[in-house]
Amino acid sequence: MALNELKTVAAGQETLPAVSIGQWRHKHVLDLDDFSREEINLIFEITDAMVEVLARDVKKVPTLRGKTIATMFFEPSTRTRASFELAAKYLGADTVSLDAARSSVAKGESLVDSLRTLQALEVDAIIMRHPCSGAPYIAAQNLEISIINAGDGCHAHPSQGLLDLYTMRKHLKDLGGKKVVLVGDIMHSRVARSNIWGSRAFGIKLILCAPPTLVPHGLKQMLVKCGLDHVTIEHNLDKAIENADIVMPLRLQKERQQNGLISSIRTYIRQYQVNSERLERANPGVLVMHPGPMNEGIEISHEAAYSSRSLIEQQVTHGVAVRMALLYLIAGGKNR
Amino acid sequence: MTANDLLIKNARIIDPASSTDETGDILISGGVIKQIGPNLVGPALKTIDATGLIACPGFIDLHCHLRQPGYENKETIASGSAAASRGGFTTVCCMPNTNPPMDNATTIDYVKNIATVESPNINILPIGCITKDRAGKELSEMAEMYEAGCIGFSDDGSSVNNAKLMALAMETAGSIGIPVIEHCEDPNLSRDGQMNDGWVAARLGLTGIPAAAEESIVSRDISMIEMTNAKLHLTHISTKGSVELVRTAKMKGLAVTADVTPHHLTLTEERIISGRTEKSVSLAYDTNAKVNPPLRTAADIDALIAGLNDGTIDAIATDHAPHASEDKLCEFELAAFGISGFETAFGALMTLVHSGKIKLNTLLACLTYRPAKIINFANGITGGIKQSGIADIVLLDINREWTLDPESMLSKGKNTPYSGQQFKGMVVATIHRGAIAYKDNSIRIS
Amino acid sequence: MTEKILLNSQDIERALVRIAHEIVEHNKGAKNIAFVGIKTRGVPIAQRLAGIIQDMEHVAIPVGSLDISLYRDDVSSLSFKHVVQQTYVPFDITNKQLILVDDVFYTGRSIRAALDALMDLGRPETIQLAVLIDRGHRELPIRADFVGKNIPTARTEEIKVYLSETDAVDRVIVVKEAGKNGAE
Repeated sequence: MALNELKTVAAGQETLPAVSIGQWRHKHVLDLDDFSREEINLIFEITDAMVEVLARDVKKVPTLRGKTIATMFFEPSTRTRASFELAAKYLGADTVSLDAARSSVAKGESLVDSLRTLQALEVDAIIMRHPCSGAPYIAAQNLEISIINAGDGCHAHPSQGLLDLYTMRKHLKDLGGKKVVLVGDIMHSRVARSNIWGSRAFGIKLILCAPPTLVPHGLKQMLVKCGLDHVTIEHNLDKAIENADIVMPLRLQKERQQNGLISSIRTYIRQYQVNSERLERANPGVLVMHPGPMNEGIEISHEAAYSSRSLIEQQVTHGVAVRMALLYLIAGGKNR
Repeated sequence: MTANDLLIKNARIIDPASSTDETGDILISGGVIKQIGPNLVGPALKTIDATGLIACPGFIDLHCHLRQPGYENKETIASGSAAASRGGFTTVCCMPNTNPPMDNATTIDYVKNIATVESPNINILPIGCITKDRAGKELSEMAEMYEAGCIGFSDDGSSVNNAKLMALAMETAGSIGIPVIEHCEDPNLSRDGQMNDGWVAARLGLTGIPAAAEESIVSRDISMIEMTNAKLHLTHISTKGSVELVRTAKMKGLAVTADVTPHHLTLTEERIISGRTEKSVSLAYDTNAKVNPPLRTAADIDALIAGLNDGTIDAIATDHAPHASEDKLCEFELAAFGISGFETAFGALMTLVHSGKIKLNTLLACLTYRPAKIINFANGITGGIKQSGIADIVLLDINREWTLDPESMLSKGKNTPYSGQQFKGMVVATIHRGAIAYKDNSIRIS
Repeated sequence: MTEKILLNSQDIERALVRIAHEIVEHNKGAKNIAFVGIKTRGVPIAQRLAGIIQDMEHVAIPVGSLDISLYRDDVSSLSFKHVVQQTYVPFDITNKQLILVDDVFYTGRSIRAALDALMDLGRPETIQLAVLIDRGHRELPIRADFVGKNIPTARTEEIKVYLSETDAVDRVIVVKEAGKNGAE
């Protein structure tokens, strides 16, 4: 074998130029509006390395050995919590997991006080999910410890936004100008909001598709005020997904119908369900994603979820790798 | 009564009630203004050299929360009065959402008695509930409360949702001759709302309170004035639409008055994002800016200022709403609504004067005789400076620069969005019935 | 600051050819040899060594690249001179005579991290270490089996390796701080 061919084989991935961005300056991971495109690319480079670790038989590296990562979930979650805990463990960290229902919070202790206890126990970072928008921002302003937001109310879910982008990039390569459609309850979706910020960094054309009652009143003005001209709002699903590269339905909670936000589930399914016939008509090559958990048969049909178009399982795998990258950046290194 | 004898020398005396603006002295004796004029001389009196200062009538606050009885951890009548004096107020009207609520003559008496004993430095005028327990179901004993000394009725914190009940309340109060003070908020439109329903709410993932929640009740109540012969006072209006509705009603000659708070005149909803102190995060979710009605937009502020300037809005009232720190140091959705406003009112309002948005005279009018008029000059309170009037006077240094440190506030409630803000314009002394209720260290008495 | 060229392109090539011969001799042939280069510049050196041996022995030699960022013990602050890149070892290292390759051998901590990483990837029959430059000042009891050039240095000096695959030129230089005469 000539040396040149050897080079190609041995180099594997195209040789990435070492990105020199100097110090990582973020103490927290609160939402994607805090990260520049270069910083997100850095996260993705590290994610690539973590994907390789996850492909090994022994999924363990000693990077966070001796560190303790606490997860504090004030809102139930199995997948995100498991994903974060595994990420910490694969990096060699110890984890401690607090379930708010059985914790001091149930006894009336305030948010800041219960987190201060963790700080006093000298954990290295807190991963928190909370039903109130802004809770991790309150925590970050009142504590010394690093906070990783695993979802706050309707506001943000940055690790989900990152793994969604990472998955899109794996399949679409260059994301500039690509058309991504989010369908469903935009008003209550923190995933949608984080994707708004994440997609801006990569020049994605983002379309938010929902019935008018599920779009926040101030959203149009927010897009203008924040310079988010890559986002458009469209109420008709078929129009929205024409020539789309990616369609991502969002979970519809049954309570929305009870609160009068949609007239009936049947109508919602008829007008907004992402199913295979619709997708085929819109763009035969379109790919499907979903942040999970899915309400099959409601926002997404069973076949669409499990078809060859679906990237949903990959999102889950990438989720662990992305979270490992975030933990490395936040908790890696000595004596922060 | 030598204790309440005082000579204020060389002040710029501004009395909006009589359109006076001239330099002179004020001689006070026995709690009453004996003489106003240049170069006054009295017997060996306490003298304040007010050169460079403005003397104007003591401020009158139509809307505040003193929290006693029931919420003494947030404020007491004593601490609230001290804070009010520091803010330049000699008369305050306290809202009845206490615990138990002030919905009968006994509770009104209770509050008045405490006020007399613990706060002799200020007039405290109670407002009685419109409905029993503020529950919006049954009218309270309005006539009895009037006789016990209340100067208006309000279910503040809520509107009276049942329009028929509100009409009956308006009619009853109208016949007594004192105003019904309505906090305008349709609870169905505002349900779960945390802040103004606009782009900031969308940005922060919070449920919004739309302008229509206020405007729909403003409109409803105005439409019932004629049939009820009422004096309707709309408190803390906050939107452009509300200003327009009040303006139209006044043009028709309807008996409606309105007040606005200092924070609604100076802060927008964006304060919730930016917070006030050096921020370590991009979104502050500042609970100190959480108030009801919520901080709105720049367009609303412009409309409110225009309303003050053309007389649509009659008065400025603080809606002083102190809270304990644990009620604000928590998740935004769980935080209490309210701003502790006595001590920042004048400083915040002076920013509007210094930037040319309103005239000093207009500002002082809205804090003095115009609110006095709305409460029918109860208890002899005129909101003016004139010979043989009660000596309720405030001394102002409109050029004095100072910075707000919440820890130094006299109110128990340190919940203010103005923390660390630099102001130009300060109350330096507050005189109530000739006695010095508050003075700044810069004031020397000889 | 003064710079001095220690090795030029030809010197480097000669050193690598000699190392390649030593490797083949030590292992009694090229059967079962595999190279893993430590990122970044250990990789092209490993590729060159494999190429030389392939030409000599006419047998394919696998080459992999190893990122040791996740195993370092000296990350005191997160300055990203070392961005975590992917490890790519597309063959089974178990039972191989594995030659670990790095450009400059100094304290030995990088090699320790690399050994830990390799342990997580499999169980080679032997691990041998080949380095282009050995500059001394070991802090751990680790030695190199094959050395291109021994260059004693002072701690205040810096050895810089440039390779045409990554830097467009082949050169090894030493950088001294001005005023220091290199005395230890």
